[in-house]
Amino acid sequence: MPDPVIEVERLSKRFESVLAVDDVSFRVERGETVALLGGNGAGKTTTLAILLGLLLPTSGSVRVLGEDLLRHRYRVLGRMNFSSPYVDLPRRLTVAENLRVYAHLYGLDRVGERIARLMQALDIASFHDRPTGRLSAGQKTRVALAKALINEPELLLLDEPTVSLDPDTADRIRHYLEDYRNARGATILLASHNMTEVERMCDRVLMMRAGRIVDTGSPAELIRRHGRHTLEEVFLAIARERDDGGDEEAGRP
Amino acid sequence: MSGPDRRPPLAAFSWRRVAAMVLRHVYLFRRSWPRLVELAYWPTVQMLTWGFINAFFRAHSSWVAQAAGVLLGAALLWDILFRSQISLALSFLEEMYARHLGHLFVSPLRVYELIVSLIAMSLIRTAIGMAPAIALAYVLYRYNLFELGLALIAFFASLFVTGWSIALFVCALVLRFGLGAESLAWAVMFAITPVTGVYYPIDSLPGWVQPISWSIPSSYVFEGMRAVMFEGVFRADLLAAATALNLVYLAVGAGVFLAAFHVARKKGLLLNVGE
Repeated sequence: MPDPVIEVERLSKRFESVLAVDDVSFRVERGETVALLGGNGAGKTTTLAILLGLLLPTSGSVRVLGEDLLRHRYRVLGRMNFSSPYVDLPRRLTVAENLRVYAHLYGLDRVGERIARLMQALDIASFHDRPTGRLSAGQKTRVALAKALINEPELLLLDEPTVSLDPDTADRIRHYLEDYRNARGATILLASHNMTEVERMCDRVLMMRAGRIVDTGSPAELIRRHGRHTLEEVFLAIARERDDGGDEEAGRP
Repeated sequence: MSGPDRRPPLAAFSWRRVAAMVLRHVYLFRRSWPRLVELAYWPTVQMLTWGFINAFFRAHSSWVAQAAGVLLGAALLWDILFRSQISLALSFLEEMYARHLGHLFVSPLRVYELIVSLIAMSLIRTAIGMAPAIALAYVLYRYNLFELGLALIAFFASLFVTGWSIALFVCALVLRFGLGAESLAWAVMFAITPVTGVYYPIDSLPGWVQPISWSIPSSYVFEGMRAVMFEGVFRADLLAAATALNLVYLAVGAGVFLAAFHVARKKGLLLNVGE
């Protein structure tokens, strides 16, 4: 059996008195699409930031694409990428300029051809010469996605990949990501609050609450196990366990 | 395609990644002409002010008349020091303003490649900013900075390295404490100016200040400039002392920046930079 693309063991991250990620372990296999689901402050973004190498964990180990991320992250950064609506590209640079800069940062060849293909696929060609800061939220999301796909990554980490997109564009982006995954054998880990998106795209869901993974399974398994009709109902049930005196520890976000 | 990707490993240092970062700033300049104007504005104002003062002194002081242009030369060299520092710091601040560090450090860009690109941008920005001032000094006052000869190259190099070292230290503080520390980028050089002997010899300073002055590499450069202009001699000993101190400064500046980057990764600041 090949190595998992992501292998996280006993991962914890503490910010002073706040335990943002608490003893989390999981694996993501090649070609899987996995969602991190949870309410605000559940630890999803912190987990993603650690997987990207932007944040050092307090304890635990992280292997990505067969490498120890904490020691050799530069061996894998060229093979992965990420997109987030909460991290900006330079606002004064045009869409095409931003993509060109990133193509060179990733050391890619056939830069023009690559960018043209992405622009067409993500329907951003019509505003390629507009400064990124002047785009609508939906256009920015698509440009961020184009940047995330520029190096044809084996591992794609996506934070809210279709936030701010209208239903039609969001649907087309999901199609594109599914086609990309199938064509490249790529692995996708995404954090999202869009349950429909997660049900449609993801093979597996890691449900997080207060820094812990509290349940995992395919969307169908989770719905069945919790006796609900939709993933959203499962999400609400898990999120509200804290209100019913669940196992929340004092002091957690 | 399916299955594992077998791409060649990325080089530990890549000039292409450095060039990509320079390209990012060149695009920014192309799109923002006020930035270009501002680069040249302050050195030119500074040069004009000191040019007139210099002209006045030449007419009224026999001492300064011996070395016509000493104040103008000092003003231009001080601007090299200031521009090299602020140019590097501003290029880094642009990334902070753009909230862009999260994307940059998920790419294969190494921290030291970022530093090299910031240094390259400092050279470009300083050249753009200083060229009009140096040219105007010649046109208006017949002052030719290049008459300092080969010594000028040594002075320039030394001042650039001092500026970069201090800028890296400032960038480290901004990375650690956020854009609230931004004003340091502008203020730090003005704190050094009184004690680094830009316009007067170090031995004219109070005794207790002089050790502080001699701990700053640029003090040796300004003393060296006066030796060339007043005595017509190039003091290699001063340049050697400046070089030695610069090596220490640069190592400390780069070390503090790398340490700040490590702290930023521990505290999650790369995703949340701002005020």
